[in-house]
Amino acid sequence: MTCTEFLALLDELIDDTVTTAMRADLQEHLRDCEHCEVTLNTTRKTIQIYRSHEIYDLPTDLRERLHAAIMERCKKGC
Amino acid sequence: MSTIQSIAGENEQHPDVALVERVRAGDVLAYDTLVRKYERQIFRIAQHITQNREDAEDVMQDAFLKAYEKLDQFQGNAKFYTWLVRIAVNESLMRLRKRRTGKMVSIDEDLETDEGTVPRDLADWAPNPEQNYNQSELGEILRKTIQGLPQGFRVVFALRDVEGLSTEETAETLGLSVPAVKSRLLRARLQLRERLSRYFKRKSGLAIPQEAGSALAPKKGD
Repeated sequence: MTCTEFLALLDELIDDTVTTAMRADLQEHLRDCEHCEVTLNTTRKTIQIYRSHEIYDLPTDLRERLHAAIMERCKKGC
Repeated sequence: MSTIQSIAGENEQHPDVALVERVRAGDVLAYDTLVRKYERQIFRIAQHITQNREDAEDVMQDAFLKAYEKLDQFQGNAKFYTWLVRIAVNESLMRLRKRRTGKMVSIDEDLETDEGTVPRDLADWAPNPEQNYNQSELGEILRKTIQGLPQGFRVVFALRDVEGLSTEETAETLGLSVPAVKSRLLRARLQLRERLSRYFKRKSGLAIPQEAGSALAPKKGD
């Protein structure tokens, strides 16, 4: 397996949608390819960081104000 | 084959379906529950697309109001959340169009870049690289980095990886094919990884950022 072929399957590996046979091929490539191992690990970390940090948080007071405005209009039939 | 991710449970009735039925029967309080459940996600998605806080506030309100008005058109076999996200995406794009004085805006723009197809910065990252920054610095880095992505990649990453929609749901929500979503997701992930490497790479003394093409300058270079 080449690095390009590995990269083409990177998402499947990260999302755990590879077959057992495919996984074995990918792991074999990883054993000899530090670059792809770094790419895999840091890409996983990228996703994990974005998932675990809310970069667009909705502050409670704003949330309550918007929520009240929505429901007020729904009660009036919009 | 036993280790392959299970998709069991998809056929079970989602709790939202009962809430939607109650709203249709005139129970406004049931809608209050649905709004509360999803308002933060809808706000985040709107902000990812519009990149403007005021627009995101407006989009969030308009999306929930439109969903309420159109609830009769909601097909029970779709997920309410996915349906709602689709409305929010459309509202966000309309909002962008207004800002650009009527110019058409689509999620397909700015995708001609080849960036992200081949990883260039292959330096490994520090073990817990986010711990080198305080919360506000980290938030700024993550916002700046994702804002630098082309919109068509950013929205796919936001829906798929941040909000947790499936590839199929993301495709349906954005009106894209599944292969198109997969291709954009891979490139979005690789571009974000590449750009974050500037901040998170292991400090070796030789690790000088060399990749070009972005206005993002590392705050802590050495």
